Amino acid sequence: MAGPMKARARMQGNYADVRVLMSHPMETGQRKGRDGKPIPKHFIQNLAVKLNGKTVIEGECSQAVSRNPVFSFRIGGAKPGDKIEISWLDNKGETNKTETAVA
Amino acid sequence: MRASGKRTLLLAAFAFAAAPAAAQTSQFEQYQKMVGEDSPAELFVLVGADLWRKKQGPKNASLERCDLGKGPGVVKGAYAALPRYFADANQVMDAESRILYCMETLQGRSRKEALKRPFGNADKPSEMEYLDAFVASQSDGFKMTPGMSHPQEKRAYELGKALFFARTGLYDFSCASCHGEPGKRIRMSDLPVLSEPGPARAAMSTWPAYRVSNSQMKTMQWRVNNCYRQMRTPQPVWGSEVVNSMIMYLTVNAKGAVYAGPGTKR
Amino acid sequence: MDEARRVVLRSAGATGVLAAALAAGLLKPERALAASWNKAAFDSKSAVDALKNIGAANPQETGEIVIEAPQIAENGAVVPIEVTSKLPGTTSLAVLIEKNPFPLASQFRFMDGALPFVKVNVKMGESSIVRVVAEAGGKYYTATKEVKVTIGGCGG
Repeated sequence: MAGPMKARARMQGNYADVRVLMSHPMETGQRKGRDGKPIPKHFIQNLAVKLNGKTVIEGECSQAVSRNPVFSFRIGGAKPGDKIEISWLDNKGETNKTETAVA
Repeated sequence: MRASGKRTLLLAAFAFAAAPAAAQTSQFEQYQKMVGEDSPAELFVLVGADLWRKKQGPKNASLERCDLGKGPGVVKGAYAALPRYFADANQVMDAESRILYCMETLQGRSRKEALKRPFGNADKPSEMEYLDAFVASQSDGFKMTPGMSHPQEKRAYELGKALFFARTGLYDFSCASCHGEPGKRIRMSDLPVLSEPGPARAAMSTWPAYRVSNSQMKTMQWRVNNCYRQMRTPQPVWGSEVVNSMIMYLTVNAKGAVYAGPGTKR
Repeated sequence: MDEARRVVLRSAGATGVLAAALAAGLLKPERALAASWNKAAFDSKSAVDALKNIGAANPQETGEIVIEAPQIAENGAVVPIEVTSKLPGTTSLAVLIEKNPFPLASQFRFMDGALPFVKVNVKMGESSIVRVVAEAGGKYYTATKEVKVTIGGCGG
C-alpha cells in the first residue's frame, strides 16, 4: 500500500509554485536486507502533474531519486483556486495521487 | 594597540558563535539550507496535521482541544514555549509528553497503548513523530521561551544540567564528553557545544528533524534516548524525568532562539 | 489506475493502435509502463549512452541552463538539484549524475504553461558532475555543475 502523499501550491507572481511530497522507499536494488539478500528495486518511474485536469508536466524517474521524494514545479497561467493533481506510478505497478488547490 | 587586530578577530569569532545560526558556519551551510527548503519534513507536518484532527481512541476524540500550555486548542507558538510545568499533570512536560497526555485524557487511550511504538522507522514512522512534527511546525518563527519560573521547572533545569555533565555507563561518558567543548566531530559532522547558548540555539531550534541519512523524522525524546544508547547506558524511559529534564536544560540553554523546525539534518 | 494508465499512454506517445490494444485488454499495464519509461536510457551505465538513449547524443553547451546544487553535500542520500532553463521553447529537462552507476536520474516534459523548472532530491554515490540536458526547439543543450559528496548515498 502506498504511503502518504501531499502537495501544496502557492501563487508566486505569475506562476503557481507547486511542491509535492511523497512517501516511497525508492529502493535502488543495491542494498542488502538483514537477511543478506539484496532488497529488490522499488521506485517511482512516472509522475504526472495536472492543472484543472490537463497534464502540464510528465516526469520519468530512476532509482536515484531520494527516498521520500520531494519535487517542486512552476506552473504558469495558474490562478488561485485552480486544481492541481499529481500522480505517480512505480515499477511494481503501485500508484498514488493527491490534489490541492492553488492558494 | 598591537593586540587590537587579534581582539577584533576574537570578537568577530565570538559574535559569530553566539549567532543563532552558529552550527551553520560549516562547509555544509549551503547544503543544509537547500536540503531544508525542499524537505520530506513537510510531509510529516502535513500528515501530522491530519492525525491531530483524526478522531480516535475509546472517546473517539481528536487532539484538537489539547492544551499544550497556551490553552485548549491553541497549537500556534506552543512548541516554542515548552517544556514547562503543567499543574494538571503536576510535572514538567516536553511537547511529546504533553501530546501523550492529551492522547490519554482527550482520547481515553491507555499510556501503554499510546506509547507502544514511540519511535518509528523509515518504512513506518510513528504516530508521535508525525504529531510532534506538526505541533513543532506551528511554532515556526516563535521565540523559544521554555518555562523558567515554577520551582519544578527550575528543578528540571538543574537536574538536566547535572545529568549533562555526569559521567556514567560502560565508557564513563557524559553528554559533555562530546557536546562540552568546541571542535569535536563525528565523521564530518560538527558536534554542537550544547552547554553554550549559540550552538544550543542552532540545535534546539531545529529539532524535531528529518534525518536524510536514514529517512526518518527524529524527535527530542529519541535524540536524548539515542545519545544515552551511544554512551552505552541503560535506555532511559520515554517521557521520564531524566529525559524531560535533559530537554529542559538544553532548551533553556537555547532560550531566545527563533524556532525554525522541524529541521532537516544530515 | 486509469489515470496512471493515461499518463503512461501519453508519455509513450501512444498511437491509436496501442490505445485500442490497451482498451481491448490485449496489453497488460506493465507492458504500457515499460513503453512509457525510457528503459534503455535509465539502464545506461554511462552518461554518453544515456544521452544517446534520450536522443541527445551531442548536446550544445549553454549558459542558459541554471543548475543550483550544493558545492559539497554532507550526505549523498539527499542532494537537492534545482534546474531552470532560460532557453526559449524549452520542452524537457533531464538530470544526469555522471558518476552514478546509472547516470540518468530523471527527465521532465513541460506543456501548456508549465515553466521549464524542476527541483528534485537525488542520491549520489560519490562526487560527480551533475549534467542537465534541455530540449528546446527540437535541439538539445547542456550545462554541468560539480557536486562533492562526503558520504555516498547509494548504500542507503
